[in-house]
Amino acid sequence: MDKAQKQEFIAKRVAKELKDGDVVNLGIGLPTKVASFIPEGVNVLFQSENGFVGLGPAPEEGKEDMDIVNAGGQPVTILPGGAFFDSATSFGIIRGGHVDVTVLGALEVDEEGNLANWMIPGKLVPGMGGAMDLVVGAKKVIIAMEHTAKGNPKILKKCRLPLTAAKQVDMIVTEMGVMEVTDEGIVLREINPQFTVEEVQAATEAELIIPDDLKEMEV
Amino acid sequence: MAKIISIEEAVSHVKDGMTIMVGGFLGCGNPHKIIDALVEKGAKDLTLICNDTSFVDYGVGKLIVNKQVKKLIASHVGTNRETGNQMNSGEMEVTLVPQGTLAEQIRAGGAGLGGILTPTGIGTVVEEGKQKIEIDGKEYLLELPLRADVALLAGHTVDKMGNIVYRGATRNFNMLMATAADVVIVEAKNIVEVGEIDQNHVHTPGLFVDYIVDGGDK
Repeated sequence: MDKAQKQEFIAKRVAKELKDGDVVNLGIGLPTKVASFIPEGVNVLFQSENGFVGLGPAPEEGKEDMDIVNAGGQPVTILPGGAFFDSATSFGIIRGGHVDVTVLGALEVDEEGNLANWMIPGKLVPGMGGAMDLVVGAKKVIIAMEHTAKGNPKILKKCRLPLTAAKQVDMIVTEMGVMEVTDEGIVLREINPQFTVEEVQAATEAELIIPDDLKEMEV
Repeated sequence: MAKIISIEEAVSHVKDGMTIMVGGFLGCGNPHKIIDALVEKGAKDLTLICNDTSFVDYGVGKLIVNKQVKKLIASHVGTNRETGNQMNSGEMEVTLVPQGTLAEQIRAGGAGLGGILTPTGIGTVVEEGKQKIEIDGKEYLLELPLRADVALLAGHTVDKMGNIVYRGATRNFNMLMATAADVVIVEAKNIVEVGEIDQNHVHTPGLFVDYIVDGGDK
């Protein structure tokens, strides 16, 4: 799989986790692609941290409204039934447990469910934006990312970069498999049949727990 | 009754060394005309409280490029490379705050609260130097209130009492900052007579607003 194929595969699998009626917040980049693969019959409400629910698709060219932008600053649309609010309400929704699922990327994630995705000291310090609140507040935190970065594991025994939040990650979806973070460690729930368990483990620093009922990853 | 003033008079309220709050999110809901006038006037050594520093050529980002900000409190600066440059060179002191915490600190500043307790930042560098308080077995960080000398806001429809109706996603930090500064100035897309805004639809009550600037295109 090339990079685009990997990302589409990951986004499709994450989309299957969303349930009818869920309030969902998608991060920038790969997580945004999840919106394109919501299963038929499943209606979810997308929240935009800058102050609305009912986030719709990009507007037609020439119909951009600069008063309606997403968390990346790009013009978007709001669907009928949506609502605008201020930033305190928006983060009350996020922190208060009213977001069912957030999907975010990661630089590193570890077997305790710690997440690092907001800075690389000395190199990249963009700020945490809404990520720290989202990871602490959302009922379910799904990390959607490529399994490795330039061949180096991103799923570690212990995060080395500054944390976004401690012990909040519930699930990790990569092109190699679907993993659940448990009190015992990271359990490989599903595996992409293109890979063997040994190959997935070799690409992972944390020791994976392989259950008897390991399933094939389907999208 | 809020007073309608010129853009020039509005920026005369911003003096060297002051702390200002600017509403908006990546430029959406920034008071663009006031910012342009402030760039022209050149008030310096400002402490800026804003969600982000937008882009180099859009909204509040221009204040950074023009080196008018000595200290910045924001949640995200990654969209404006000049912020990163001045942060790395030490020209500008930058405090990064989780977005939800920043919103609540400003709300607390305007609401007479001594601070707020949030679980956000526990177990991260954000907790360094802050008091932790346990409530019902769960740890929270004590985050202190924020206030400013001047708040610069963008409203869509504003009546002559200062009542503000925002449009779209521009409500963001504008609604909070309206409550948390000594002098509050709103740039209005449309200024209307008292009574033209249905009282049910007011987002920011006029009592918070000191000055209105005509920001319309006409």
